[in-house]
Amino acid sequence: MALEIQIEKRLRAFTLDISFSAAEEPLAILGPSGAGKTMLLRCIAGLERPDRGRIQLNGRSLYDSDQRVQLAPRERRIGMLFQQYALFPHRTVTENIGFGLRALSAAERNPRVTELTKRAHLEGLEARYPGELSGGEQQRAALARALAIEPEALLLDEPLSALDTHLRSQVEILLQETFAKYRRPAILVTHNMEEAYRLCSRLVVLSRGRVAAAGEKETIFRHPPTLEVARLTGCKNFSRARIVADHVVGATDWGCRLRVEQSLARPPAYVGIRAHHIGFAEAAVPGSSAENAFPCRLLNSSETPFRMTLFLRLENGPGDPGAPHLQVEIFKEKWERLRASPEPWHVQLSPESLFLLAE
Amino acid sequence: MDWSPLWISLATSVCATAITMVAGLAAAAWRERRQGPGIAVMDAILVLPLVLPPTVLGFLLLLLFGRNGPLGKLLLALGASVVFSWPATVIAASVVAFPLMYVTARAALEQVDRRYYEAARTLGASEWRVLREVAFPLAWPGILAGTILSFARALGEFGATLMLAGDIPGKTETIPLAIYFAVESDEFRRAAAWCAVDIGISILLLGALYYWTHAQGSRRAAWARR
Repeated sequence: MALEIQIEKRLRAFTLDISFSAAEEPLAILGPSGAGKTMLLRCIAGLERPDRGRIQLNGRSLYDSDQRVQLAPRERRIGMLFQQYALFPHRTVTENIGFGLRALSAAERNPRVTELTKRAHLEGLEARYPGELSGGEQQRAALARALAIEPEALLLDEPLSALDTHLRSQVEILLQETFAKYRRPAILVTHNMEEAYRLCSRLVVLSRGRVAAAGEKETIFRHPPTLEVARLTGCKNFSRARIVADHVVGATDWGCRLRVEQSLARPPAYVGIRAHHIGFAEAAVPGSSAENAFPCRLLNSSETPFRMTLFLRLENGPGDPGAPHLQVEIFKEKWERLRASPEPWHVQLSPESLFLLAE
Repeated sequence: MDWSPLWISLATSVCATAITMVAGLAAAAWRERRQGPGIAVMDAILVLPLVLPPTVLGFLLLLLFGRNGPLGKLLLALGASVVFSWPATVIAASVVAFPLMYVTARAALEQVDRRYYEAARTLGASEWRVLREVAFPLAWPGILAGTILSFARALGEFGATLMLAGDIPGKTETIPLAIYFAVESDEFRRAAAWCAVDIGISILLLGALYYWTHAQGSRRAAWARR
């Protein structure tokens, strides 16, 4: 079971030039809005035609510019979940789910629709019209409808983005169940890195129509290969960097030297650290030699229900004295303790959390 | 009183509306899937009967269907003649009513979100099924309005009908022709009676249009309109 894609398509702002393959585990396409994610899905589903390349599903050619193959969407056996659900507004839930099962007799169709309705937790809503359902129910009905045709691959275009937090986690659980049971190529497009991480095991990071990184999600999140990928995976802190000694880099924008664990084949251009990986050296005893710990000053902070975001300036750092060097996220309890301790505080950028980035 | 103009008018309008509906929907569905510079020219030709005076249309139809016209010759070879016969009233009414159906149906189809079509296609639906089960039902209020407008236009057709079908009582004399020739021959009461009939039919049509597009209180209609 595999979906192999290698396509080029010229768009207005850039050219989509993408190749990757998806096997049985779910794969997330992560990228900012306008990176070409939706266009990519539409090409796979056959709703858009690429300029060049190949799309193969389980050895079946869906599109091949050399062989002049371009299967119509209805011949592809690909289930697609649209961003705004696209349930037929003039059809009930049952009619929507059964839409793709036209070729079956009523005796075969009805039990399958019943089964799909149950799995999507839509019992009791069979006779409703889409406009009478909540967003979560609509998305569940759309998922049941897409799965009804037993597609060989499943494409999901931002399936959670239109839902509020509570409904989102409901639909997310249903998607997890579906992926666990489905065992066929599933591609989820999203701009939300947490969603991508929770739902999928593999990741393709897209930027301006190109694959910026691809692989296991853990690897990409721990060691993003480039500055761009680090940003797209939510990293907030960067400094230009140059090698000073073995496992030691000079962070130009932070005005300090850092010991790092990672080593790169090429000289790194940047060093980075995630906001929630930054710690504070607890006992800021003068003269103590906590590794990569630097005195700092709090410029600003913002509060969320459980966390604090702190904007810090390193005491001896370069640049505009009003601009923060680091953005740190800590839990409230830790913030309370930190607030009680005497200034200056010492931020600690532990070597195993720092990563080096190529240009 | 001779009621034949009423029956001729109704038969003509029903046939013309049926033809217009099929042709207008087909043209609108075809047009809706295409774009390009040639399309604008095509559009102009299809809408032309709406802006041309009916007498001009009647004259063009005479050229087309007359003894020496291309279609007239063809029909003559088959042993038929259209000019001054009942089918001529249907042809005249259809040509005049067609743009109303076409323009309204096209606008209604353009209103339907593309994603419904795309969803249907990924679910294995043929293009015909996409039209029949998704596009037409979702565009239904507009299509219905187009149908009723076409019927009304066909019912009121005068100029092109007179040119192509003439005024033959009991054969091609529709209500508008009956009114005109009643006034011509000073039969004022007959003209007034036919006017009253025409006004009655028009009110019924407008009522039906309102009922189907607004007052129909079903959930389905309500959600389909959203």
